[in-house]
Amino acid sequence: MPSSLEILVFLPILAALAIGFGAPARFTAIGAAIINLGIGLVAAKSYNVNIEGGAVFQLESSRVLLESPKLALAFGVDGMSLILMLLTVIVTLAAVWASPAESKIKGSPKLYYISSLLIAAGALGAFLSTDLFFLYAFHELALIPTFLMIGMYGHGKNRKRTAWTITIYLGVGSLILLAGLIALFVNIGQNDTFSIAEMIVRAQDSETMIPEATQSWIYLLLLVGFGVLVSLFPFHSWAPDAYADAPTPISMLHAGVLKKFGLYGLIRIAGPMLPAGAEKWMNLVLVLLLGNIIILGLVTIAQKRLDRMIGMSSVMHMGYVFLGVVAGGTIGISGAVLLMFAHGVSIALLFALAGSLRERFGSLEFDKLGGGLGKLVPKLGLLFGFAAFASIGLPGFANFAAEVMIFFGAFQPMEANAPLSFLQWAAIISLWGVVISAVYMLRAFRKIFKGPLTTTETPKDMSWNERVPALLLIVSLMLVGFYPEILLKYLRPALESLTLIGS
Amino acid sequence: MPVYYLEIIVVVLGLVMLMADAFVKLEDKRNIAWFAVLVLSVVFLLLFKVSWPESTEGSPFWKFYDAEKGSRGFSLFFKGIAVLTTIIVLIMSAEFRGVLLKYTAKPEDGAHPQSGLSEFFTLPVFACAGLMWMASANNLASIFVSLEAVTITFYILVAYMRRNVGSLEAGVKYLILGALSTGFLVYGFTWLFGVTGTMDLAGIKEQLALDSVNVTAALFAFALIIVALGFKVGAAPFQNWIPDVYQGAPTPITAFLSVASKAAGFIVLLRISGCFFGSGDLSEKVGAVFVVLAILTLLFGNLAALPQTNFKRLLAYSSIAHAGFLLMALASPITLVADGKEPPLLDTSIGVIAFYLGAYLLMTLLAFLVMTAVRNQQEDDSLEGYAGLAKRSPFLAFSLLVSMASLAGVPLTAGFFGKFFVFKLAIQNGACGWLIAAGVIGAAAGFYYYFKVIASMFWNAPAEGNDGPIPVSMPAKVVMVLLIIAIFAVGIVPNLILGLIK
Repeated sequence: MPSSLEILVFLPILAALAIGFGAPARFTAIGAAIINLGIGLVAAKSYNVNIEGGAVFQLESSRVLLESPKLALAFGVDGMSLILMLLTVIVTLAAVWASPAESKIKGSPKLYYISSLLIAAGALGAFLSTDLFFLYAFHELALIPTFLMIGMYGHGKNRKRTAWTITIYLGVGSLILLAGLIALFVNIGQNDTFSIAEMIVRAQDSETMIPEATQSWIYLLLLVGFGVLVSLFPFHSWAPDAYADAPTPISMLHAGVLKKFGLYGLIRIAGPMLPAGAEKWMNLVLVLLLGNIIILGLVTIAQKRLDRMIGMSSVMHMGYVFLGVVAGGTIGISGAVLLMFAHGVSIALLFALAGSLRERFGSLEFDKLGGGLGKLVPKLGLLFGFAAFASIGLPGFANFAAEVMIFFGAFQPMEANAPLSFLQWAAIISLWGVVISAVYMLRAFRKIFKGPLTTTETPKDMSWNERVPALLLIVSLMLVGFYPEILLKYLRPALESLTLIGS
Repeated sequence: MPVYYLEIIVVVLGLVMLMADAFVKLEDKRNIAWFAVLVLSVVFLLLFKVSWPESTEGSPFWKFYDAEKGSRGFSLFFKGIAVLTTIIVLIMSAEFRGVLLKYTAKPEDGAHPQSGLSEFFTLPVFACAGLMWMASANNLASIFVSLEAVTITFYILVAYMRRNVGSLEAGVKYLILGALSTGFLVYGFTWLFGVTGTMDLAGIKEQLALDSVNVTAALFAFALIIVALGFKVGAAPFQNWIPDVYQGAPTPITAFLSVASKAAGFIVLLRISGCFFGSGDLSEKVGAVFVVLAILTLLFGNLAALPQTNFKRLLAYSSIAHAGFLLMALASPITLVADGKEPPLLDTSIGVIAFYLGAYLLMTLLAFLVMTAVRNQQEDDSLEGYAGLAKRSPFLAFSLLVSMASLAGVPLTAGFFGKFFVFKLAIQNGACGWLIAAGVIGAAAGFYYYFKVIASMFWNAPAEGNDGPIPVSMPAKVVMVLLIIAIFAVGIVPNLILGLIK
């Protein structure tokens, strides 16, 4: 009997297979996504938040595939993976629902829906695996669907180039990551286990700990590998183009969910297993994340197309998550995980709405869109306003709660009368990023939806097929925004226990 | 059944096939191939039922045929690779007959419309027998004889399409370079015999481990042998023949060369290099040679594959690239475990190489099966011909997608585990950083050229006049489906192959 988490991971794959063999694509995909959302919520409900210390993974299942070294198809959740799992099922449902109807897809609608489902399955598998090998393997499941989708259904003349860029960039990034993970396996797993929990225990045991110099180079490999996947400055250049050119559901899944894998890996793997390495490279990460927030923030302001601007802003916001990771401690890490959720939902929402705009007006260039569209498509305008405010981080949305926690986290280790550390300076500089976000988001909103109407087209306002996913995302954002405890309660036991505390 | 009966069965099968062609009137000569497929399938099943002798003392036969306890599993595994490859190659040949007959059938009246076809089915069976023996050869003489038995059949098969210039060119190139490499091999063997005074691999290993061994002479022998075997497995800098010969040879033969011949080359390489790894002084130098070969092969194979526009040629370079990964496993010196325990399979070069070859068989043959089907519809194997394959035949496109993903090493496919184990072995045994870097560069380049095929199939529209559906015969389809399932199954449960080795 498969466990609930196994069903969660394999249901999208089975649905994809069914579509391949002729099941109605949209119906099957949405059905699988709804069931998955249900399973995800049930799993969250059954997660015991009052556990203290000890083993942290719950709902565990394990199928041993190889005895020596021990390799198992093992799933389990702790607070962090639970939140990311919820993010994945929510965004997947929205993305599949927001996909165009089968009749509107040029070419094969099957492939369109199969790709989204496979990406979702890959993300779920990566977040839920408690085995280092499968954590990596599942993430790569998205590689080919992304490549095919951008090349076949992408927007713009450059889509083929974009597809190549993202594939090669991420391919090289994941190979570097793989080298780092194997080094971890050889040094910490001592060549006989891939189990993450066991490896963390060994890494923190003073007898089996690995020397600082080794930690240092492995951490660097992981930082570059994961960094490419999260679009850490300066490895970000694949991201904005890919998100801008990809079909809407792919952008939603990639920017909203899949990109979080790199951060998840840093918190789950690199932090606890290589504490000395993390400390050594802390200042480097701080400099890079400032690059994300300030330099890329300024680049975002200069964008002339809405989709590129959103893509760029998604890259920029990764800087805050890194800040939370570096700050560490209960508040910092909680903020980082919460921001991953908030950012994932809000960026998916923005891409969905941008997709709706593109469908109506044919282009997303600010100049061509003109202004005053709020009069033509008031519902779209309203929802976009919500999304923009969420993305800036206004109170009431999950992003606000998360960012505040991250900034507090950066100051938490401070002692009275001590001079500011580099971390705190970085946090102070990063605060300006909020201003930058406000500038580009509000400017875009004003340019597109306010002011005099210039276009002569008279498109319909949002259909229910567009409204449902958008509302789903907005409701999640506001729910967490007003009552963050709904997610934070899951994090607390995880933070107190072994899996996260090392960072 | 005693293990050597298997080779005998296969040889007899080949003879029966020749007789059948001469004495039985057959409308459709494919029946000969189906018969062979049937018998070989039985042989494949018999591999699980073989019995080994109680003791190898007394009979001189076992001086030429390996029955050591430690290597029995590997011998059987490599025999299995040979038999399985031959089965699939025969099915592929039946599919390929249209193209083949165009370049071989006699134009004069009265000739059988399929004349020449049955030999094309028979020769791979003989090669198979040679490959199976090679998997067990433990003596310089038996290694040489079995190797030549295989090579000589390949000389004929490569040039089989005698009215096709490309095939003839490939045949001549293969013949000349093959003969040259054979010369190196014999010369190397002679030196090895001179240094150690025995032809028996176990004896050679013993002699080489002695302090009194003449290191220079032994290394010279090794160098000569490595030239010849490097040629067989397609290791740079001895890889020059591969692209031309692969491109010119009939497609099923290319598949045969690239899988079975490479597997056989590697088992001989493993056996012979095992003798040299026995002593500290020699093993260091021999290891260094393998590191250099591996780096060169990885870089050359992968980087030269990048600009290819012909699919068959691309697979030729890819076969060099994979030889690079296999050499990488070979170059990571074997971990010796204290207290006499056997090291885990995946901590040894031979275990990793066997797994890799098993995975390589699945994905490469799948690619060649697709290529055979497509080749029936068009004049050559250029990548342009694959444009829009997803529209023309979704099944073939999906098959090729799986094959390319696996060759590129995308996780959850068999190919990924292969590469993963190689990298694991290299990092674990502290292989030199350049080797690992070359491996990473190679694997990254692989993403590009394998995905190029995927892009061509899915992104582009079919060319004008070349956009009809592509028929695939039932047996080929069944094999493809089985291979696809196997690729994913092994990609999740590697024990499916590892279990076979033990």
